[in-house]
Amino acid sequence: MSRLEINDLSVWFGQDRDRVDAVKHASFAVPSGASFGLVGESGSGKSTILRALVGLVPTWSGEMKIDGQQLTKKRPRGFFKDVQMVFQDPYASLHPRHTVDQVLGETLNLHGFSDINDRIEQLLQDVGLGPAFRFRYPHQLSGGQRQRVAIARALAPEPSVLLLDEPTSALDVSVQAEVLNLLADLRETRALTYLMVSHNLAVVAHMCNEIAVMQAGEIVEVMGVEDMRAMTPQHPYTRHLLESSQGYRPSEEQSE
Amino acid sequence: MEKLLDIENLRVTFPTRQGEFEAVRGVSFNLGQERLGIVGESGSGKSMTGRAILRLIRPPGRVTADRLELGGRDLMAMSERDMQRVRGEQISMVMQDPKFSLNPVMHVGEQIIEIYRFHTGASKRDAYAKAIEMLQAVSINNPERVMRAYPHEMSGGMGQRIMIAMMLVTEPKILIADEPTSALDVSVQTQVLSIIDRLVRKRGMGLIFISHDLNLVASFCDRVLIMYAGRIVETCAADKLHEATHPYTRGLLNSLPRLDNPKSRLQALKRDPNWTLAPSVDGRV
Repeated sequence: MSRLEINDLSVWFGQDRDRVDAVKHASFAVPSGASFGLVGESGSGKSTILRALVGLVPTWSGEMKIDGQQLTKKRPRGFFKDVQMVFQDPYASLHPRHTVDQVLGETLNLHGFSDINDRIEQLLQDVGLGPAFRFRYPHQLSGGQRQRVAIARALAPEPSVLLLDEPTSALDVSVQAEVLNLLADLRETRALTYLMVSHNLAVVAHMCNEIAVMQAGEIVEVMGVEDMRAMTPQHPYTRHLLESSQGYRPSEEQSE
Repeated sequence: MEKLLDIENLRVTFPTRQGEFEAVRGVSFNLGQERLGIVGESGSGKSMTGRAILRLIRPPGRVTADRLELGGRDLMAMSERDMQRVRGEQISMVMQDPKFSLNPVMHVGEQIIEIYRFHTGASKRDAYAKAIEMLQAVSINNPERVMRAYPHEMSGGMGQRIMIAMMLVTEPKILIADEPTSALDVSVQTQVLSIIDRLVRKRGMGLIFISHDLNLVASFCDRVLIMYAGRIVETCAADKLHEATHPYTRGLLNSLPRLDNPKSRLQALKRDPNWTLAPSVDGRV
């Protein structure tokens, strides 16, 4: 059975004349322990799918299932323990006036854990930050360290599904490598299922087994990572994306 | 090759409570009619180098250089008034995000016309015609409509093309592009780059292309300077970037995930304190 299943999902914003269909009839399934990627340009609806899944967007239709359980507009309490999200910008997603200790402590408290002290230490260790970071404020951390804190916060309720919204696009390449390695290790040790959004095809190919390509709210193609590496996409838009990601080629000057 | 820009021992310093902090520590390079890439991580001093050339570092920041010459004229000795003539007329700069570099309460057209008239003293009618011509040159299909639009009505790619049009309308000799495409989608990125490329070639300009994207710089530029902690650690021809030898450059290249070369683990960069201590490599040719 699929860990995560989405059938005919549509998401819209606004109504009547102002209605924008951000996601149109998207369907895909993520098996347990797999890592699934969503790629596309800005505005293609990839992040909107994640936001609809965690319940940040109420206007959707279709089916979303976790472990075969249909998700309704009101999520059961256990859902938030099981599904967690890591946001794109670690500079914006951490409270500037809360220490790392407060950030993690609050999450643990909300999820009803009692051994908070030990858990904070363990979480920091799991994401490769020492105990020295525990009482720091976000401005005392580098971008990579902040994203590690954001990952630790997502791991705090011991979820089995992580939704990653461009987790490394605000980071330098060397730091990106460290964070991607950390995410790969965590997936292995904790048997996590990932749904990852990125505009960087190389990053998605590195992390995911299967990739859905989105354009203007629709999934135009779902492909295995081998097809992507072999540059054998079915859809012309995917080919266009793959070619653009290979760096600059002057030949495209003529195509203007 | 004609030397447009000649820089020797450029330093940018900021006073802090812990003493002086040097963001750029003695960088030397020159620029001809070529596309020169500057790569490095955030904090390596690449953007500061670009700003220092235009003397855009505000006090208490300080810029010093043994030589900072534009076509033989000393930029360091110039008055602020003369410098205003250099900015935009001789050297232009395109910044990362058009959302923050276009004036949100002015029509696009007015902004281009203002720059052109300030630097050339042309009539309104001439400036309008020139602005239309420039917008066409950056592949904007209906320039008349865009002239009347506000920046927020434009997409990111359009905004960046407008910025480029605005920066090139005065026909400067040098364009400094500071991460001009990092806020854009990949497919729009190629389009914007090819516009920069075409204009720079056609006008025989010099381009300083500041970026953190190694693959992009390798495929787009002629020559590359790699910066680390305010110094140049290596310089090479852009198409030879993948054969670079400095451990820092190698580390950056190896930390990139690649479509054509899958790895189970990415190599994390191990920083050597000696990189910071080593003297800056001379980027002059």
